[in-house]
Amino acid sequence: MDTTPLANGRNLLEVRGLTKIFGTLKACDQVDLTIAKGEIHALLGENGAGKSTLVKMLFGSLEPNAGEIHWNGQPARITSPGVAKKLGIGMVFQHFSLFEALTAAENIALSLADDTPISTIAAKARALSYSYGLPLDPESLVGDLSVGERQRIEIIRCLLQTPDLIILDEPTSVLTPQEADKLFETLERLRAEGKSILYISHRLDEVRRLCDSATIMRHGKVVGHCNPRLETPSSLARMMVGTEVKNAERTTAAVRGEELLSICGMSRKPAGPFSMPLKNIWLSVAGGEVIGIAGVAGNGQGELFEAISGEALQESADAIRIRGKSAGRMGISARRLLGAAFVPEERLGHGAAPRMRLSENLLLSRHTTDGKVFVGTGGMVKSGAIQKAAQRIITAMDVRKSAPDPEAAALSGGNLQKFIIGRELDRNPAVMVVNQPTWGVDAGAAARIRQALIELARAGSAVLVISQDLDELFEISDSIAVMHNGELSKPIPIAEATLERIGLLMGGAEPGHLDPAKEVA
Amino acid sequence: MFEGILITIATAATPLLIASVGELVVERSGVLNLGVEGMMVMGAVTGFGVALATGSPWLGVLAAIIVGALFSLLFGFLTLTLVTNQVATGLALTLLGLGLSGMLGESFVGQPGVKMDYIYIPVLTDLPLVGKLFFGQDPLFYVSLLLTAGVAYFLFRTRAGLTLRSIGDNHTSAHALGINVIGIRYLAVMFGGACAGLAGAYLSLVYTPQWIENMTAGRGWIALALVVFASWRPWRVLAGAYLFGAVSIGQLHAQALGIGVPSQLLSSLPYLATIVVLVLISRNRRLTMVNTPASLGRPFVPDR
Repeated sequence: MDTTPLANGRNLLEVRGLTKIFGTLKACDQVDLTIAKGEIHALLGENGAGKSTLVKMLFGSLEPNAGEIHWNGQPARITSPGVAKKLGIGMVFQHFSLFEALTAAENIALSLADDTPISTIAAKARALSYSYGLPLDPESLVGDLSVGERQRIEIIRCLLQTPDLIILDEPTSVLTPQEADKLFETLERLRAEGKSILYISHRLDEVRRLCDSATIMRHGKVVGHCNPRLETPSSLARMMVGTEVKNAERTTAAVRGEELLSICGMSRKPAGPFSMPLKNIWLSVAGGEVIGIAGVAGNGQGELFEAISGEALQESADAIRIRGKSAGRMGISARRLLGAAFVPEERLGHGAAPRMRLSENLLLSRHTTDGKVFVGTGGMVKSGAIQKAAQRIITAMDVRKSAPDPEAAALSGGNLQKFIIGRELDRNPAVMVVNQPTWGVDAGAAARIRQALIELARAGSAVLVISQDLDELFEISDSIAVMHNGELSKPIPIAEATLERIGLLMGGAEPGHLDPAKEVA
Repeated sequence: MFEGILITIATAATPLLIASVGELVVERSGVLNLGVEGMMVMGAVTGFGVALATGSPWLGVLAAIIVGALFSLLFGFLTLTLVTNQVATGLALTLLGLGLSGMLGESFVGQPGVKMDYIYIPVLTDLPLVGKLFFGQDPLFYVSLLLTAGVAYFLFRTRAGLTLRSIGDNHTSAHALGINVIGIRYLAVMFGGACAGLAGAYLSLVYTPQWIENMTAGRGWIALALVVFASWRPWRVLAGAYLFGAVSIGQLHAQALGIGVPSQLLSSLPYLATIVVLVLISRNRRLTMVNTPASLGRPFVPDR
């Protein structure tokens, strides 16, 4: 399992005993990492394993409490991102570090050397972006771009600095499979030029395909090194999680019941200068099935969710029907009363009020639908009933917490998401709409959530899942529709859906309506 | 007569323009300094006092600029280094400036001040109709126009200006790129302070060469409002300042003519007209969003 350390002269970066402590939490504990020249090195681990903390220390945006970093054999102190850039370390961030009100070219200019003439940057960026197969328009405002296009800017910006070590933090999570392929070609080309790459991803297939060696972290510690090409995805997953990870199972095939949610020709004007319009969307979800909506982030999925949940009203009442009732002009509570449940993408601040207790958050979302149970005469809150219900959800979803009834913000992302999903499931909704159910959730919790969604559908409810994670959609959906540029394709039954076909739709190869019959023939 | 009116309009607009352009730079860097009024009045008292003592209005101007910058440095230290609330600190700065200037200027009250001379260029200034307007005003009038042009060029044509705007848009990203967020904000805040000091000196050395307690009379607040309504664009600030100046002079003439409109209504006209016009030109929401510094007023503490 261990790779022998490479000859010293060939190592670009050597990290020894790097430790970062936040309060009482050891986010990184005695981490060792060696990256050779001309290799693509994977850094693997679950959410919260300490990967991001480690690379932030390498890039100078966090200061280690202990440990040393050697760069080209010399001890180095990386005290700021500026120092890291001077050494030759470039980074593509997981959470974008772009400026929305500036153009792509201006964004790129900001990370180049001060003496670069500002007028030549647009042309340079355009040329480089095409040569790497990541085309972009330097004059466009970043705020207008999709998440995938923003990711391209991040990558181009990093490459223009010609760093010796490129750190990529989950770069493919917002790219279509085809765009990801282009990126891999680029990375392989850079490796051939002798550059080193530190590649963070939780997509194990990518890692096996691309990376020469891997370091695996768990709970802030390095737990192993390996050559990912000699491993299987499940053996890598086992090393990351420490135990076997079970995939969610579809025990029975979907039985399409009656239509419970239908969207008929819904359109929506863009709500703000940087948001996407919805264009003539048709969709029908029946009881018993899970429909997945794939798409690169920023193609209108958020707007679609807002329209279905009632955060944004439709012009016509018939645009959305929930259990046969026209709901297009109804607010959120009225739609919930029809039997629908909604889980938004953003957990803190949207799905839950961060500084309120779990029981209070439960009341916030269900005081109308379960008014009789939770609210007594004269509007008095029945705290006993709420506590009991909260406890029921916590047990059902295996929510792990440090206090009996903690504030929502005190829970880890995965546990809070389990609670929020459980809060809706507890009502036995006839229609369940979830946006990014397992975004940033660790593998164990994600499997639990997916299983719960499948079980809900099999019990006769209609489930609509919007997700950027294609593996997840393939795992749980009975059909997958794709959003691109505010349009929704026809749902493709799972038996006919391939990664390639979905990927093409995500890239907008054929807007909307692929005819599955024609393609089969 | 007509030329005279235009010149008085320019004189009314110039202090607003100088203070607004300074505050515009501060806000473009993401810092909201509500202490413009306080820095301005400190500039006014310093400029008056130094000019009185030395007999040189230019030394007064220089001293006002320095005091304005130092006063804003206090704001910078509190909000940028100690990360206090920007709104509260700015308000405190205004109160402090008004009080301190009243105390320092107690002995200046009623004293005849030193007036800055108007420019005189032979032949040009003597041109009929436009000579005085273009070639015969006070030097600071020309400084204010150059300042506006310079700031517009700096913000949108230079790399340093781009860096400054990037900090105002997203300080976390700027920090991640290795930009010294706090350092640049200090410079921007001090530039704003220097401009406010200069604007104050204009009041006590050009506009009305004497010291009256609280002589800024809310101009600092108008300057702040102009920046917002001009959607953080220098040339729009100029348009707003001149519009304000024009309507304030216009309503004075109207009052003098004794037209049958209550004087209170006429006095409020400059404010109303400026707000209406600037709201109209900034009604393009997209343009406003793009120009609004997204991290305006938000404290920045880098993680370490």
